[in-house]
Amino acid sequence: MSTFAGTGSLVRLAARRDRVLIPVSVLALVAFAAGSAQATIDLYPTLSSALDIIRPVLSNPASVALYGPMSSLTLDSFAVFKTVLLGGVFVCLLAYIVVRRHTRTEEESGRLELLGAGAIERRSPLTAAILLGTATVVATAALTGASLAAVGLDARGSFAFAVCWLVMGLVWVGITAVAAQLTETTRGTAATSLGALGAAFLLRALGDTAGDDNPARLLSWLSPLGWGQKVSPYGDNRLWPFWLGLAAYVALVALAYQLQERRDLGGGLLPSRPGSARGSMRSVGALTTRLTRGTLLGWGVSAVAIGSVVGSIAGNLESLSNDDTTLDLMRKLAGATAGQVHLVDVFFTTELHIIAIAVAAMGISIVTRLRTEETSLRAEVLLTTTSRSAWAVSHLVVALASTAAVMALVGLVAGMADGKRSGDVGTSVGRLVPAALATVPAIWVCVAVALLLVGLAPRLTGLAWAVLITFLLLSELVPVLGLPDWMTNLSPFGHVPSMPAQEGRLLPLVLLVAVAAAVAAVGLGGLRRRDILA
Amino acid sequence: MCIVEDMTSAIQVHDLRKTFGRTVALDGLDLEVSTGEIHGFLGPNGAGKSTTIRILLGLLRSDSGSATLLGGDPWREVQTLHRRLAYVPGDVALWPNLTGGEVIDLLGKLRGGLDEQRRAELLERFALDPTKKGRSYSKGNRQKVALVAALSSDVELLILDEPTSGLDPLMEAVFKEAARERRRQGTTILLSSHILSEVESLCDRVSIIREGRNVESGTLEQLRHLSRTTVDATLDRPVTAEQLHAVPGLADVSVTDHHVVCAVETQHLGALLALLGQHGIRTLTSAPPTLEELFMDQYRTDPAAAQRVPTTSSTRGEAATTR
Repeated sequence: MSTFAGTGSLVRLAARRDRVLIPVSVLALVAFAAGSAQATIDLYPTLSSALDIIRPVLSNPASVALYGPMSSLTLDSFAVFKTVLLGGVFVCLLAYIVVRRHTRTEEESGRLELLGAGAIERRSPLTAAILLGTATVVATAALTGASLAAVGLDARGSFAFAVCWLVMGLVWVGITAVAAQLTETTRGTAATSLGALGAAFLLRALGDTAGDDNPARLLSWLSPLGWGQKVSPYGDNRLWPFWLGLAAYVALVALAYQLQERRDLGGGLLPSRPGSARGSMRSVGALTTRLTRGTLLGWGVSAVAIGSVVGSIAGNLESLSNDDTTLDLMRKLAGATAGQVHLVDVFFTTELHIIAIAVAAMGISIVTRLRTEETSLRAEVLLTTTSRSAWAVSHLVVALASTAAVMALVGLVAGMADGKRSGDVGTSVGRLVPAALATVPAIWVCVAVALLLVGLAPRLTGLAWAVLITFLLLSELVPVLGLPDWMTNLSPFGHVPSMPAQEGRLLPLVLLVAVAAAVAAVGLGGLRRRDILA
Repeated sequence: MCIVEDMTSAIQVHDLRKTFGRTVALDGLDLEVSTGEIHGFLGPNGAGKSTTIRILLGLLRSDSGSATLLGGDPWREVQTLHRRLAYVPGDVALWPNLTGGEVIDLLGKLRGGLDEQRRAELLERFALDPTKKGRSYSKGNRQKVALVAALSSDVELLILDEPTSGLDPLMEAVFKEAARERRRQGTTILLSSHILSEVESLCDRVSIIREGRNVESGTLEQLRHLSRTTVDATLDRPVTAEQLHAVPGLADVSVTDHHVVCAVETQHLGALLALLGQHGIRTLTSAPPTLEELFMDQYRTDPAAAQRVPTTSSTRGEAATTR
């Protein structure tokens, strides 16, 4: 029997199972890049009409931290400015989802055992997952490059754009393949692979915003996302970072096979140790806290990391943004009257809103555990010992409390880092903690929407993620595309006061909390009345 | 609706109906479990056993009919009832990162307390290591975790849905012993099972359901009485099949000259023997139905059942309930 017996059938099986997920995601990414490029060209048909926007963007590390540097002073480069890195992160996420689904998830559920007993070599499932993940990444990059050229952007630059996404996506196929071998659970794989993505993003944010003579700019080279950016599409159009990405991909895939050889089916490299013979949990709340402990700890650590990075980038910002036109534009963007706003505050406002969306993802993942517990049948015995309300409320409380705590922590750490620079820690913390907490009501609305789905339309629980992505796109794309303001207001994040750039307003926050409470109550009511899956 | 509460019944189910989309899971089910008995709950796969149990546990809501559990409504009085019962499903799912010991203690606490001595004793008898994590237990060991948690809880009612699936025969014996002990302490047990020896040695009474409705209820003795006995006889003088059919409840008749083999409903055995006696019995063997035959007979889809109008209940069903 060949070393890869059965791989072909496994790839077909996986492709059959993902026949909706992959095409829809790929097309969404192509549309994201080509659509926003087209919209930019429509809005600013000539370079001179766009220059007023481009100049401050180029010299503004706040946007560089989020979107990366612009590759050149051209309209083409401006047309993909917001999508090149953000879209690349989405490509990595897609690669991660596809590879994880067909490796550790299959193994943990025991389905792989069923297949493993057939005429299939032990390397085949991993090979099939890697092949499918690679094909998805290649298809996304190729179709996007072709679409950008079709929209009218420079052909060579569009090819470089495809190479940029390819580098990023391929590395995450490799990283996820390795992560799936390390731990015994899907959750562990997620923590490893997504943790690496977060770290890569932060490293390049620090590197990209560091000054020319600052050695910290070398940090970008530690990040595979940074490698992709070095391709610099529509600028230098360098192609050699592709070889760097390919080498990392080959090395990671080889490592994944090596690791797989050394472990049992269902096992991980990190073995599970015996635990306590007695339990100390006395309530369903204690159980929920215990089960989400790892997630909460991970987010706590991330909050400290993100807070300190944001706080330190603010320092870079001050030294670079002395020119008056930039300050003036940023003040206008923040919607405040001239002279009242500081550029650093505008930066904090934008960063806090983006972080809030990530923290909302944590809240959603905690509440949607209700559905996972139900479909895995773990809720069955539990719900014959306790009421559904107590069970659901315990998840809701953990989600609400932890999202607020993580935002407070981000504000606190960012305030401390910023205060060290300015020399007045008290003032910085006193401004940034309330600013961070002002985003919490909007996060709670997202959490409540997830509970609503679990209660009323359990099979559509996954839509909670689509809702969050819609909110993200509304707040990210509406201002860029010049769409009407009311569209931003469809997202709860559109109602968050722009603190600390502007004064806080209490009324929208109270209203958001009221909406969250009402939506959550309907969700709880639905859950109490419906059948539990058995 | 007024439900007359019967304190001698732990479970009373009347005319229970439940549909999932177009699938009819329960079609007017009746079930009665007396306090203090072990009641066998039998039926082929897909007959509606688990659906019934999940309605009793308050996980599913019935479409119509009534269900009373320990004198309360399982849907509305969930909170108080759950402290008085313990449940073991046929396929136990555990949290991958919690140990068996932690799960046993948590479920015990949530049910309102657990007997420490019995917990220790059952762990010992089931040879279960409570320090292992949920993900490293085998199917049988996951089953044991739920069994120890349920059997050591201070509850009045145990609802067990194929609790011994995946257990080896030795452990099955431990389960039977533990179940008998609980009965001696006055606990009521509803036991759904496919293992006939388990049913035979444990159950005081059984209910058999098929296609969402009750087909038989009673003690095993009573059920045997309703079933057919096989008779094999050699006679002095030949008899014809027509002559034999004068006896009611006769089936599978095969006559070759002096030799007769047939099956007769046990209540008409006397009439058959009287008739055979007129022809001079030379040899006679009669075999009461084995448990297997009894169940096969009940599980097999009855062609007449398909033609039955849903509102009229079968004659067999009536015969079974008038004890």
